Amino acid sequence: MHIVVCIKQVPDSAQIRVHPVTNTIMRQGVPTIINPYDLFALEEALRLRDQLGGEVTVLTMGPPMAEDSLRKALTFGADRAVLLTDRFFAGSDTLATSFALAQAIRRIGETWGEPRIVFTGKQTIDGDTAQVGPGIARRLGLSQLTYVAAIDEVDPAAGTMTLRRRAEGGVQELTTRLPVLITMLEGTNEMRRGKVADALRAARAEIVTWSAAKAGITDVAMCGLRGSPTVVKRVFAPAARAERAVLVETQDRSPGEIAEALIAGIGTRLPALHDDLLRAAAGY
Amino acid sequence: MEQERFDAIVVGAGPSGNAAAYTMAREGLNVLQLERGEYPGSKNVQGAILYADALERIIPDFRDDAPLERHVVEQRVWMMDDASHTGMHYRSDGFNEERPNRYTIIRAQFDRWFSRKVREAGATVLCETTVTELLRDGRGKVIGVLTDRHGGPLLADVVVLAEGVNGLVGQRAGLRPELRPHDVALAVKEMHFLPQEVIESRFNLAGDEGVVIEAMGTITRGMTGTAFLYTNRESISVGIGCMVGDFAERKVSPYALLDAFKSHPSIRPLLADSEVREYAAHLIPEGGYKAIPQLTGDGWLAVGDAGHFVNAVHREGSNLAMTSGRVAGETVAWLKRRREPCTAAGLAEYRRRLEASFVMKDMRKYRGIPALLHRNRHLLDLYPRLASQAAQTWLRVDGVDKRTKENQILGSLRRARGLRGLMGDAFRLARAWR
Ligand SMILES: Cc1cc2nc3c(=O)[nH]c(=O)nc-3n(C[C@@H](O)[C@H](O)[C@H](O)COP(=O)(O)OP(=O)(O)OC[C@H]3O[C@@H](n4cnc5c(N)ncnc54)[C@H](O)[C@@H]3O)c2cc1C
Ligand SMILES: Cc1cc2nc3c(=O)[nH]c(=O)nc-3n(C[C@H](O)[C@H](O)[C@H](O)COP(=O)(O)OP(=O)(O)OC[C@H]3O[C@@H](n4cnc5c(N)ncnc54)[C@H](O)[C@@H]3O)c2cc1C
Repeated sequence: MHIVVCIKQVPDSAQIRVHPVTNTIMRQGVPTIINPYDLFALEEALRLRDQLGGEVTVLTMGPPMAEDSLRKALTFGADRAVLLTDRFFAGSDTLATSFALAQAIRRIGETWGEPRIVFTGKQTIDGDTAQVGPGIARRLGLSQLTYVAAIDEVDPAAGTMTLRRRAEGGVQELTTRLPVLITMLEGTNEMRRGKVADALRAARAEIVTWSAAKAGITDVAMCGLRGSPTVVKRVFAPAARAERAVLVETQDRSPGEIAEALIAGIGTRLPALHDDLLRAAAGY
Repeated sequence: MEQERFDAIVVGAGPSGNAAAYTMAREGLNVLQLERGEYPGSKNVQGAILYADALERIIPDFRDDAPLERHVVEQRVWMMDDASHTGMHYRSDGFNEERPNRYTIIRAQFDRWFSRKVREAGATVLCETTVTELLRDGRGKVIGVLTDRHGGPLLADVVVLAEGVNGLVGQRAGLRPELRPHDVALAVKEMHFLPQEVIESRFNLAGDEGVVIEAMGTITRGMTGTAFLYTNRESISVGIGCMVGDFAERKVSPYALLDAFKSHPSIRPLLADSEVREYAAHLIPEGGYKAIPQLTGDGWLAVGDAGHFVNAVHREGSNLAMTSGRVAGETVAWLKRRREPCTAAGLAEYRRRLEASFVMKDMRKYRGIPALLHRNRHLLDLYPRLASQAAQTWLRVDGVDKRTKENQILGSLRRARGLRGLMGDAFRLARAWR
């Protein structure tokens, strides 16, 4: 079974800072990582491959340095990596991104066999829109299952997959037909440590690099800035609201006493929240 | 799958490992380098001054694309007492040469660059891979390594240990004794960020010029150690280090020492309004020549900090690391060309070549210094105080005649240390320096 996993290289948000004067995001020098959500998708794909046989292809669209993320994915055990890079892609919003990725997945299918499962992360930590996965599914006509918490069974012969999906108020158990696009929820598995052989292969592998033309994208007007109706007007850090710290002495006090001191503190400063809390607590 | 056998495995991707891997890869050897950090340099700490000469002998045109911060045009050496410093400054426009001799660098960036060169030279580099054990054959010859990844072993004709000061692989294999607290210093360091213009006006610099300050004195509270402050393009590296044994004895925390150094009246204004963004701690092998462990054996050799190559008097380490790495790489390539195996006898050539280089000559020259400082800890405490007192007396215009002032200064020296003590210190220092 052929599985495609879309991964995005993102700045390590833990290390991003906002410029104190201009209030803009300072990206230079910030190390990049694989979007953390995508690692859950990749691990799930690797697990299915190990179980069912086949291959995992990782795909990213990004600048040439996004190669680092792909190499890392190979170290974890992916079989093949494709970098979609071209100046035509610069400035893509989610519409243009999913257009380009969908085209590349078509080309991947023509080259190495139709994927029966396409994975994306639930969302990224820099764009945060959670739109790219569904955008790809729609364009490729795949069944689409978002917020997937676990894949319980895949039956390649019958062409079905059974899975659990987080939904408001509970968990759905669903069966779907392949091919399918899954957006994977965080915390569903733990990324493996690649074997020595995988690490060696990753260090030496040629990354397949496709321009728009090589990926079979003829309509570059659908790509990048031109293909992006969304315009980012401004990125800024919200102003901090008034903060007030109150120290509650904990030494020699029971948890109950500490809780009472906290509630009393809230009561004097935020009466509305205090009433809400008491009302909510009344049920217990 | 047929088990691949490498010509050489290099453990570690600091300056010594990179120099060794690069040299061997350029000679056409099949080299595998293993680094435990997420990327080369991610775990590495240095002041950091880069000495161009050592790198130039490996990558002659490194200036074209290496991430260099500033070239050093001014060196300050400060003897500090609690509220003052007596200093020597040497600034020369001669350092504004076409190929400057010393640069400040940021190791995380520099090591990444060096590693890219290693890969371009043809070596295979695996990061996030920790070597856990050396593998030996029935006769005890090292034939490869095991890592913390599943699978392996990884086999090679020779293993270059470039694992740094606290090299657990060599220790665990019994190739090297555990470090002794009086042979190793612990240094802590912070990066203070400031706008480029502020740094340039504060230190009187133009363009890529830089200043470095080395300091000693009461800032180490009677322990053996030194402090430093180096200018980068948009940041200042500031740090202090003392022997681990001294820290343990005095129960002083390194961070308290660094805090005190930063708030010293001579240092505080240099760091004013800066933003601290990183701090780090690292060991430095400062036991000198006598602490150098066995450097070669059957199928292995040690380079850089793993070989204890640091010249503490001159604050040189990375250049000895690069040079020992290069010499190790050249030795292995030379053996390969002669179709000789990497046995203990063959690899002994590495030590011979090192002995002929500045590395061993300098290590040998200062072999008496660590013990001298350890036994005479007043040297770094008393003399900076006396120098400061003398300068105070000498410079203050207060109606006292100069002859009397001279006598006061000489008297204070004699009272503090006695004539015999003074002469003894001078003699011991001269002998250790010789
Ligand atoms: C506030 C904001 C600022 C922006 N600023 C810029 C900007 O300055 N310049 C600019 O060019 N664009 C900018 N963008 C748009 C663009 O970079 C989006 O981030 C991009 O279209 C992907 O959307 P997302 O990150 O929200 O992905 P999501 O839809 O959240 O991602 C879901 C999943 O889709 C997959 N995926 C997403 N992107 C890729 C990719 N490139 N390759 C492979 N797989 C992928 C991953 O599996 C991911 O987990 C901005 C977007 C926002 C919201
Ligand atoms: C605060 C400070 C300031 C300094 N200032 C200067 C200066 O200004 N100029 C100067 O020339 N020198 C300076 N030095 C000394 C210099 O940093 C060292 O001499 C130099 O880094 C030694 O290089 P190395 O390659 O031998 O070791 P390291 O740079 O320590 O590299 C060792 C590498 O091996 C890796 N490693 C360790 N164990 C394993 C394992 N089991 N498996 C895989 N990888 C492993 C480590 O992650 C590391 O990347 C300073 C040192 C310190 C601490």
